[in-house]
Parts: sequence; C-alpha cells; structure tokens
Amino acid sequence: MAKFNKYKEYFSQALISNNPVFFQALGMCPTLGVTSTAINGFGMGMATATVLVASNFFISLIRKIVPAEVRIPSFIVVIATFVTIIQFILKAYVPSLDASLGLFIPLIVVNCLILARAESFASKNNPIDSLFDGLAMGLGFTFALTVLGAIRELLGSGTLFNMQVLPELFPNTIMMILPPGAFLTLGFILAFINYKRRDK
Amino acid sequence: MDLLLIFLGAAFVNNFVLTRFLGICPFLGVSKKIETAFGMGIAVTFVMVLASATTFLVYEFLLVPLKIEFLYNIAFILIIASLVQLVEMFIKKSSPTLYQALGVFLPLITTNCAVLGVTVINKDANYNLIQSVISSLGAAFGFTLAIVLFAGIREKVDKNNVPVYFKGLPISLIAAGLMSIVFLGFSGLIK
Repeated sequence: MAKFNKYKEYFSQALISNNPVFFQALGMCPTLGVTSTAINGFGMGMATATVLVASNFFISLIRKIVPAEVRIPSFIVVIATFVTIIQFILKAYVPSLDASLGLFIPLIVVNCLILARAESFASKNNPIDSLFDGLAMGLGFTFALTVLGAIRELLGSGTLFNMQVLPELFPNTIMMILPPGAFLTLGFILAFINYKRRDK
Repeated sequence: MDLLLIFLGAAFVNNFVLTRFLGICPFLGVSKKIETAFGMGIAVTFVMVLASATTFLVYEFLLVPLKIEFLYNIAFILIIASLVQLVEMFIKKSSPTLYQALGVFLPLITTNCAVLGVTVINKDANYNLIQSVISSLGAAFGFTLAIVLFAGIREKVDKNNVPVYFKGLPISLIAAGLMSIVFLGFSGLIK
C-alpha cells in the first residue's frame, strides 16, 4: 500500500504540481514546435513518454556498472538507441504522425526532460521506481503538450482532434497555428498558472 | 547564388529559434544580458559549423558505405558531444581569454537541439560539404541574431513595470512571440 501511495504521488506531482513543462520549463523545443494541433501534441508526448519509460528503466538497470565519469555519454547513447527504435515504429505504423512531427522525432535525444530524469532519478533509484517515474513524467509532458495543442487548434482552426467544434462562422485566428501562437499561448498559460498559485 | 539562398533561408526565412523552435533552452536561459547572449551565439556558431562538417564526412564515408545509415542519430549526437569536449580542451589551451568568455556555455551546447537539428536537416536535404557548412553558418547566424535581439528586449523589459503574474518566463515568451511575428515577415521570401 505504501508503494501504491508513493507511485500515486509521482503521478500527481508530474501531472499537476510539478509538471515538467509548466513548472520546470523542460523540453521546450518540442513543446513549442509541434503543438499546432492536439493530435500532434499528444503524439509527440506519447513518443517522448515511451522513450522516457524505456530509458529510465534501462539506465536504472545499468546504473551500477557505468563509471561516473562517462555516465552522461552512456545515458545519451541509451536514449538515442530508444529514439531510433521509436522512429522506426512510428514510420511503420503511423506514417502520418511521423511526417507531421518530422525533425522533432530524432531530436527527442536532446530533450532535456529525458536526460534530466536519467541524471536526477534513474541513476539513483531502482528500476521499478524509475519505470514509474518515467511513466509519470512522460504523462505529465503529454498532458502539457496536448493542452497547448488543443488551445492552439481550437483558436487557430476551430477544431479539436480534427473534429469541428466551433461554429464554421467563428473567425479562425491563423496566427495561433503559426509559430508566434506557440510562444503566446504558453506565455499566457504560465501567467494563468501564476495567477492561480498566488491566490492560494 | 544557390549558397546565398541556403544561407538566407537558414538565417531568416526558417530562423532556427523563432520559426523552427530549435535551441529554445539557451534562447530562454542565457538571454538575460546582451554580452552573454553574444558569447553563447559565438560558441554555438563554432560548434555548429564543425559539427555539420564532421557529421557530413562521417555520414558519407562511414555510415553509407557500411549501410548503417539508420544509426545516424546515435552517431551524430556522439560526434557533437565529443566535439564539444574537444573544442573546450582546445580553447582552454590556446586562448584562455576566449575560454573564460565561452567556458560556461560550452558544456550546454551538447544538449542544444539546434546543433543536432542542423546536422539532421543537412542530411535530410542531401547537402554536399560546402552546402552543409553554409547552411550551418546561416543557422548559427540566425540563432545569434535572435538571441542577441531577444536579450536586448529582455534588458528593456526588466526596467519596466510588468504585471505581477507575467513576471519572468511568461512575459519573455510573449516577447518572443512578438519577435516571431516579425520574423514571419520573411516567410515566402525564398521557397
């Protein structure tokens, strides 16, 4: 039971109170780069989460045999291996997602979220804990990207997960799905979170 | 002419930071002062040009002949990481003043996705050696331009009275959004 509560704590922290994107500003490049639609944000989040779970688990397994001096390069090689695997899986099964995420799939390697979890959690904890930590952080990341993508898609093209939500007559703000929309939306979300936090 | 287009395309039309969203971490992290932003820009330029030349050679003469192109991601990130280390040691020996100026930024560059990004973009575009170098020069110029301009804006923002909830990262992101709108003006200039 104690274990269960500990894992529940991981999830509530990663999703809400210590979300990697909203509170730690980790992994900003894909966060801003691929969230022009909710689907893209969700897909990117899941791809990153899968890599994170696998790399956290594996790094935790090898944490005792890797010398401290070369741990960062070793972690990067482990992460890059899993990214290459994910890239092939996406290419084979969801080519449309692979095409729209494009460059950002190989760039999961340099997502600071994954290296940060490897360094600060997986290299110090046992494999099972690391697995759950990776899952929690990955879902927190996915959540943030999906929210950002949903807001931009709704305002930019009036749809949500490719379904028409707003009335056709509602004016679309094209700016929201263009690059500036990413910066502006995230800026306003962070300001809103500050506002909510201060009132407590 | 072709090379000029590649340079301008990478620097302005598809600006790495404001249009492609690569290198956002240093863009937000080390842009509080113009001098440090400029130092970061120079360090990134250095590593980017070296990295795109080296990765081109390794891809063309090692990965392709051995038919292991699919390992490009692992190979590229290892090249960049060791290159950063080499550059650090070299600068430390040859020019202590430059090392003092760049020192703190160098280790950060390994995880700067703009560097890995430019090598993957060059590979996907099938650029030859000279084109790769020019494209990385353009990308680095665009990165430096964006981060220095942004640092200038942030220095001004700090002196102004920002609504309390927007202090820090939110107002910086909104400022970056406005800059990005300006850079949208370049789109369509080159196909």
